[in-house]
Formats: sequence, C-alpha cells, structure tokens
Amino acid sequence: MTREVTFSKAVNEAIAEEMRRDPTVFLIGEDVAEAGTPFKVLSGLVEEFGTGRVIDTPISEPGFMGMAVGAAMTGSRPIVDLMFGDFIYLVMDQLCNQAAKTHYMSGGKLKVPLVLRTNMGATRRSAAQHSQSLQAIVAHIPGLKVAMPSSAYEAKGLLKTAIRDDNPVVIFEDKLMYQDKALVPEEEYLIPFGQANVKREGRDITLVATSSMVQVAEEAADALAKDGISAEIIDPRTIVPLDEETILNSVRKTSRAIVIDEGHQSYGVTAEIAARISAKAFYHLDAPVIRMGAMDVPVPFSPALEDLTVPTAAGVADNARKICRGELLHAA
Amino acid sequence: MGGDKPVSDTRTHNTEDYLRMYKQMVRIRAFEDNANQLYLSAKMPGLTHMYSGQEAVAVGICEALTDEDRITSTHRGHGHCVAKGAEFKAMFCELLGKEEGYCRGKGGSMHIADQSHGNLGANAIVGGSMGIATGAALSAKQLGKDFVTVCFFGDGATAQGLWYEVMNMAALWKLPVIYACENNGYSEYTKTEEIAAGSLTARAEAFGIEAFEVDGQDVLAVNELTNQLVERCRNGEGPFFMELKTYRYHGHHVGDINRDYYRSKDEEAEWKNVRDPITNFGKWLEDQNILSADELVAINNEIKAEAEAAVEYALNAPYPDTSEVDMHVFAGVDHALDYLGGARG
Ligand SMILES: Cc1ncc(C[n+]2csc(CCOP(=O)(O)OP(=O)(O)O)c2C)c(N)n1
Ligand SMILES: [Mg+2]
Repeated sequence: MTREVTFSKAVNEAIAEEMRRDPTVFLIGEDVAEAGTPFKVLSGLVEEFGTGRVIDTPISEPGFMGMAVGAAMTGSRPIVDLMFGDFIYLVMDQLCNQAAKTHYMSGGKLKVPLVLRTNMGATRRSAAQHSQSLQAIVAHIPGLKVAMPSSAYEAKGLLKTAIRDDNPVVIFEDKLMYQDKALVPEEEYLIPFGQANVKREGRDITLVATSSMVQVAEEAADALAKDGISAEIIDPRTIVPLDEETILNSVRKTSRAIVIDEGHQSYGVTAEIAARISAKAFYHLDAPVIRMGAMDVPVPFSPALEDLTVPTAAGVADNARKICRGELLHAA
Repeated sequence: MGGDKPVSDTRTHNTEDYLRMYKQMVRIRAFEDNANQLYLSAKMPGLTHMYSGQEAVAVGICEALTDEDRITSTHRGHGHCVAKGAEFKAMFCELLGKEEGYCRGKGGSMHIADQSHGNLGANAIVGGSMGIATGAALSAKQLGKDFVTVCFFGDGATAQGLWYEVMNMAALWKLPVIYACENNGYSEYTKTEEIAAGSLTARAEAFGIEAFEVDGQDVLAVNELTNQLVERCRNGEGPFFMELKTYRYHGHHVGDINRDYYRSKDEEAEWKNVRDPITNFGKWLEDQNILSADELVAINNEIKAEAEAAVEYALNAPYPDTSEVDMHVFAGVDHALDYLGGARG
C-alpha cells in the first residue's frame, strides 16, 4: 500500500519511526521542538517524544555539533538539525576534523553514528547566505557519507538508513521540495546507500541528476521526447558512496551524458561524476561529458539575477540537443 | 553591573537633536510599515525581519556617531541602516532587487550595506558580524584613526562562541568597539531565558569589559549612554558592552503571523500601548513644549508620504541588467566567468 505524502512529512515519519524503534536516537537543533523548525518539518515530534529527546538549542552551531559527536561516540545516535545548509561553515571543524576522522584515527575503535540533516537550494530570494548547495564541500572529506534525496520516497528511505548507519552521514534536503508530494509505502522500507535509481529509461543520452535537479532533468526529458530524443535519468541518491556502476552502464548504452547538480560548477559534484564517466566509459562516449552546476558566483538576491545562476530544464534540453546533433560543445 | 545607569540629560541636547531623533524613529517605523505591506501584497521577493518597536535603540546609538564611525548590523537591520543615515529610495530598491538599490539588488533586505555612512552591512549569519566589528576597531587602532565601531546583535546571538573570542581580544588590546545587544526577549520562536544562562552583562564583565543595562525604549537614555561610551572609546578606554531591553512588534519575520504558541497577544499589546518608544518620546516633546501635538502629526504625515513615494519609485525602478550577474565577485575583475578560465561551459 502506498499513499501520497509531502517530502516534509516523509522526513518527519522517518525520524518518528526510528525514535520509536531505538531509544538512543535523539534530535537536537535550533527551534526543533515547539516550533518544529522554520519549515515545520519536525512538527509534532516534541509532543510524542518530549523535550528530553527533541532538544532545542541556543544559536550555537559548533557547540551542539560537537556535542553530537561526543554523544555519538558514547552510545547515543543523535540527529542534528542545521537550520540552513549555509551554516555548515560554522560546524566544519566538528564535522570534518572530529566526526569524519575519529573512526579512522582510532584504528576503527571509536564510532560516530550521527546524522546531520540540513538543506540546500536557491531561487527562494534568500540571498547569498541562505541559498547555497554545499554538498561538494562535505563530499570531499573522507569519512562522511552524503545523501541527496530527490523526493519524499527517497527522503524517508535514505534518512532511516542514515540513522542506522554507524558513520556520520550528511543529508541535504532541497528546501523548495518540502511541500512536494510523492507516493510512499505504508510499510517500513529503507533505501540502501550507494544504489542509484534509474528514474527513467532512455537510449540517446544519460542525465545524471541529484536532488531537485531530478525534476529539472525530467522536465528536460519530456521536452526532448517531443524532438525524438530519448533521455535516461539516473538519480545517484547518495553521492558518497556513489553507484558508479549504474551510471557507467547507462552511459555505455547512451554514449552521451550530462551531469546536473545545484552546487557551484567548478570543483563540484558534477566535476567528480563527469571525471569518472570520462575516465571509465571513455571509449563508449560520442561526445564530451557536459557538467551543469550553479554559476560560479555567490547567489544574488535580485530575482532578475538569481534565476540565471541555477541549471534549468531549458538549459539541459538545449545542451542535450546540441550533443545529440553532434555539435561538440567544447570543440576548440 | 559595571556602570552607573545613566539618566536622561536634557542639558546636553538642543531642540534640533530632539527633532532629528524623533524623525529618525518615525522614519524607521514608516519604512517597516511599507516593507511589511510590500510583503503582504506579494510585491517583495523573499522574507524580511521588521525592526518596529526597537527604534530607540538604533536611533539613540547612531545619533551619537559620525559618518566616520562604523556599525555592523543584523538580519533585522533596516532600523540600523536608516538611523545611520541611509535614504529610503535606495533602501526600497534594494529590498525589491532593483539596480538602484544600495547593493545593486545583489544583497536584499538581509545584506544592505551603506558605505557612505559607515554601515558595514547587515548580516544573515547570526553573530556573523562580531568579528567584522572588532576587526574594524583593530583597524582604527592600526591606522591611528579615531573612529568607533558599534556592533549590533540580538540576544540570540550571544550564544555564538565567536563573541567570546573577540571580546577577549578587544579587551586585551583596548579596542574602540561597543557591543550593543538588543535584547528583544526572543530568538526566533524561543524566549531568551530558555537559551541564555546567567546574565549577559556578567559575561562581558568576565573579560574586564564595562557593561551597562539600559532601557532600549528610551531614546534619550540610550543616546546619553552611547555619547559617553563613544567619547571614552576615542580616549582609548574601550571596549564596552550594553544590553538594551527592547521588543519586536512583528513576528520573527514578516511571514511569522500566527505566533500565539510562543508569545501572547497581551504581552505584545502591553509593549505597544505602554512602552512604545515613539509615542512616549512624542509625549515628552509635547510636555517639554518642544513640539505641539499638531506638529507631531505633521511630521508623521510628511514622513509617511516620503516613504510611500519611495516605494512607488522603487516599484517602477528597473532590475539590474542580466550582465551584472557575474560582476563584483572579485575586486578588480569585471566579469568573474571570463576571469575564471572557461567556467562558462
Ligand atoms: C548562525 C546562524 N544560525 C541560525 C540562524 C537562523 N536565525 C536567524 S535569526 C535567528 C534568531 C536571532 O535571534 P536574535 O539574535 O535574538 O535576533 P532577533 O531576531 O531577535 O533580532 C536565527 C536562529 C542564522 N541566521 N544564523
Ligand atoms: Mg532577539
């Protein structure tokens, strides 16, 4: 049995189910209890689990992040709520020097089973410090797993897996998707890490897309279908670990690929995936792999500028048509 | 408490000062009423945080500063910006993302900076300006200049560790910085007492910094204290801390409308009816025979009209040209994407 639920509700259900199942799981962050976060994602949890397990903090991100690391090392399984992905910069030391490295540095003796839930995504007119998509920055650090759910279904299944994982996991939720609905099973399910989803099958070109960029890819694929171009869409679901095999198999079939992610294009997620395709499916490619990320500028506030900085369906379709026609975009 | 509570001192002021303070407070209120209206009528992109209720803080402090003196501001920054001398048109243009805005539309409500009046900018990271303000004070010392920097932040921001690092250095090096904490009782949807242990003034005092509590609804009290502290900063006696007790009339942001679950309507009404900084200062001006009731009304109306005209202007003003999107990323570089070596592809 399935039913339609919002992305936000799916996250809420995943946390509630895991907190019921495992008394060592607790939630910590700013305005998570009574307010249920500014996006109301966590509403109702404090009523069920009380303020002992749904803990409101002062605005002390490095402090509560560090406490989560210590709690995770000593038997708890904290879920940290970071109100905006942009605040990741405040917790970088605790996350990258402490959480990420403890298992390795202790020769495998200490574990840090924590989840850092945060968000990403521009075009909310929130300007440069509330709009960033910083997944590449944490994906760069060995020891951190990184999930990027693309719908309510993924949001729930990936979060439950994350809570049960014995490692620090960072989950990026696109804040523009919180009200989007998808079919979610009534029964319990988990989505394993490192398993990409073939969202749509196609012959002519592979669109590898993360998070809300899956919607962009679907819209582009619809437009391309009208022109007789059949696009395959791959959603990696986790970028660490990355299901390279599913991506490579797709590209071996289609011979063309565009990689789309909302982080900045330079030195980003698209660069990593494109490099792996180029290195490992080189002889199958009919065209250079195209990367489409956010423009390499801070996110501008003005609506007249902000919309220019993110990948769009029209832009994806345009690039797809060009490479399918044999116009090498980067030919000198 | 380290310092003596100041009493409003009428001798140091003349009528012109009073008039300007009154007008500046009314200008902030008028600006916010219009900004709120822009949001409610879906004409403003994004969200914004209203300063209404806290006017006496920004005005009392900024009236003690010169254009050379610097301030750093917060997400709730329109009041600081107006009080430091900004004009309506360029502010509304910024709120609407227009080219003539203070930041050419790139910053919006949470990032307005006004270089010409010493406003180093609002900040969307809570506590994010504490380092900047203290650094500006260090710069004054390094360069042998006598400007003072005021660092505005909320009660919620006192939970940021950065503050304790910079207070330590500011105290060690006697920097000309004043930390001004606007305690409006709430940090988003949470009461201050739930997020702050002990006393805020005691925290500053632990670093040997003189700390003051002042009624943030009394513009004269705020101004008098700031005048003294600015003077002492210029004489090398800084840093200082002041906690200003105040209240925000609206929700945390313009979209925070149903807020009964964290704050009662009675409490809001009490502050608005009994402790409004503008009404009370207006009454005082009348009592002192400085302005008549009619004159107060005339001022209010004039400012209201000015604000409405500026909104009209901003609504009709053009957006920046799309070519501006990759300008100003680097100083000395016209267009970042050309400079970055093939980043356009
Ligand atoms: C580092 C950081 N954490 C959290 C937030 C989200 N946030 C924005 S305003 C705010 C509350 C700030 O409270 P306070 O400092 O008292 O200022 P006020 O809103 O009352 O003016 C929070 C938590 C943020 N912008 N930056
Ligand atoms: Mg506050």
